[in-house]
Amino acid sequence: MVRDRVAEFSVEYVQALDEEGNLDETVAPDVSEDRLLELYRLMRLSRRVDERAVALQRRGELGTYAPGIGQEAAQVGSAVALKPEGWMVPSFREGAAFLTRGTPIHRLLWYSMGMEEGAEVSGATFPPSIPVGSQALHAAGLGWAQEITGADEAALAYFGDGATSQGDVYEAMNVAGVLDAHCVFLCQNNQWAISVPRRGQSRAETLAQKAVAAGIEGVQVDGNDVLGVLAVTRDALDSAREGDPVLIEALTYRRSMHTTSDDPRVYRTDEEEAEWERRDPIERFETYLRDEGLLDDERVAAIGEEIEDVIADEIDRAKEGQRQVVPAEMFDYVFAETPPELRRQRAAFESERSRASEEVSDDG
Amino acid sequence: MANELRLVEAIREALADEMARDDSVVVYGEDVGVNGGVFRATRDLYEEFPDQVYDTPLAESAILGLGVGLGAYGLVPVAEIQFASFAFQGFHQLHQHASRMRSRTRGALSVPMTVRTPYGGGIRALELHSESYEAGYAHVPGLKTVVPSNPADAKGLLTAAIRDPDPVLFLEPTKRYRASREPVPEDDHTVPLGEAAVVREGSDVTVVAWGAMLAETLDAAAASDASAEVIDLRTVSPMDSEAILNSVRKTGRCVVVHEAPRTGGLAAEIIARINDDALYHLEAPVERVTGYDVPFPMFAREDAYRPDAERIRRGIERALSA
Repeated sequence: MVRDRVAEFSVEYVQALDEEGNLDETVAPDVSEDRLLELYRLMRLSRRVDERAVALQRRGELGTYAPGIGQEAAQVGSAVALKPEGWMVPSFREGAAFLTRGTPIHRLLWYSMGMEEGAEVSGATFPPSIPVGSQALHAAGLGWAQEITGADEAALAYFGDGATSQGDVYEAMNVAGVLDAHCVFLCQNNQWAISVPRRGQSRAETLAQKAVAAGIEGVQVDGNDVLGVLAVTRDALDSAREGDPVLIEALTYRRSMHTTSDDPRVYRTDEEEAEWERRDPIERFETYLRDEGLLDDERVAAIGEEIEDVIADEIDRAKEGQRQVVPAEMFDYVFAETPPELRRQRAAFESERSRASEEVSDDG
Repeated sequence: MANELRLVEAIREALADEMARDDSVVVYGEDVGVNGGVFRATRDLYEEFPDQVYDTPLAESAILGLGVGLGAYGLVPVAEIQFASFAFQGFHQLHQHASRMRSRTRGALSVPMTVRTPYGGGIRALELHSESYEAGYAHVPGLKTVVPSNPADAKGLLTAAIRDPDPVLFLEPTKRYRASREPVPEDDHTVPLGEAAVVREGSDVTVVAWGAMLAETLDAAAASDASAEVIDLRTVSPMDSEAILNSVRKTGRCVVVHEAPRTGGLAAEIIARINDDALYHLEAPVERVTGYDVPFPMFAREDAYRPDAERIRRGIERALSA
């Protein structure tokens, strides 16, 4: 009988900026001072958009909203590594990634106002995916298309820890590996899939090792370290552009609720939340930037004020757009050319509504 | 010019012609490459178009999900699912993504994917290889569902499906793959999606069918004493209601035939449309000749399950005697 070890694997963990804001120069990516400040601004902007959106939802001005508070480094750090021509394939909690890609705030708000206008993406960007994990396959398809056409680009898929329990995420990594798809899978392990903890998703020691079964590279990064995430994503995208897909597990924490319909106090402890508050991605980065002399109290306050002004304008713009919603447009984008039955249904809809509004005005 | 081709050969010809015409057309799926497809629909295409034909891992959800990405990127994916019954493993990709991409992004992204898959019974296949689920797909807004019944239409409809900017599910009647050789136009040949065909003119009764049931229906019409007008629906969604209504207004009677189970089947939808717009032309209730509300049986009983010419003929008699 022969017993031999036929394969061995390990998973690397990467951190550039530690919890106290100390930088490991050997890991840190090459980033200009302007870009460092932009990363900081984007993280703060994202957090404020989330906070304001939750408040708007509480006032009944927004539908269900999925805030990404606590995950700003994982999203900003990764999205900024993707070139404009590289495709972003998000799940439903990637507000910070959208903002990094230049999506206007009012468009994000429109989505939560229940308007398709909010998913009217531009550039190499997919709309939010509500089914968990199924979008990973779209990134594999985009990445495969880039391999087929010889494009020097890659697709970046976002999903959470819960999504790694879905067959589609495994299928995506597996086919991407087989087809040399230019694809990076970014798992934001935020520790909770609504109320089920990370350990309730998988007995695997890391989620990054899920790459092993697909034969692609898996790596773990401190997801609250914007510079570490940027460095790892850059490397992964370089690899993907050569036809070698990568799974990144970004260890982070969803500091707020799953969505505005959820109350995390039911399932997690104050101690845990306090522990992750200590590891907050924005505070750590701010400490570093202050130490580097790139920020001071005055600059921090000025950025905050500028962000408040931008958000206020964008909320106004979102509400203005909401007032202009035309219900009959639901018929207009189902097919490139509207078939006869749908044209009939649209006409019937219009005539019923005009009759209804006539009746209302008669009553008046 | 026309070649005498079997239905499966006409499909192969459409794939070859479209790949030659447009190098962004990508044919992919399980066993479609080296093996040429388990039904040989892609025979030799891998050698002819090495950069456009790909074998994929055995994963239906992946095959359909990849198409969403390929299509959004700007390629023209033509995916094969080896048997329609296994498209359920990727149904969510059609329902939740491919069919909705255009409407939910207001046209910013679309998925011009064609999904080819053999469907239906009558070839003594294994369990779960014979289902007809066209009604389920027809219930998905944003998805077109096409079922050819003969070689010429198979080429024309598939060509139109590949050129269509929206996702199309193309159900190929397995039983008809090699049933006959018929003339198929050699040149560029398209059959518009969403248009039914009157394949037999008649004055007493309208019989509506599609796919594998067309041949049985034509046999029934020939065996009947009545003058039966036979309509091949060809595209089951979006449905050509006008073709059905015009015929029913003329004949005053109608029989709808499908292999799928009766409850919730497309016959119910067709009857509802007749009720909406041609009720007062009817001289008798509309008859249904369909499969039964049972799981598609294993092949010792499949002939008992599938409507055949005799059952359809009796359906015609019932419509005429009422």
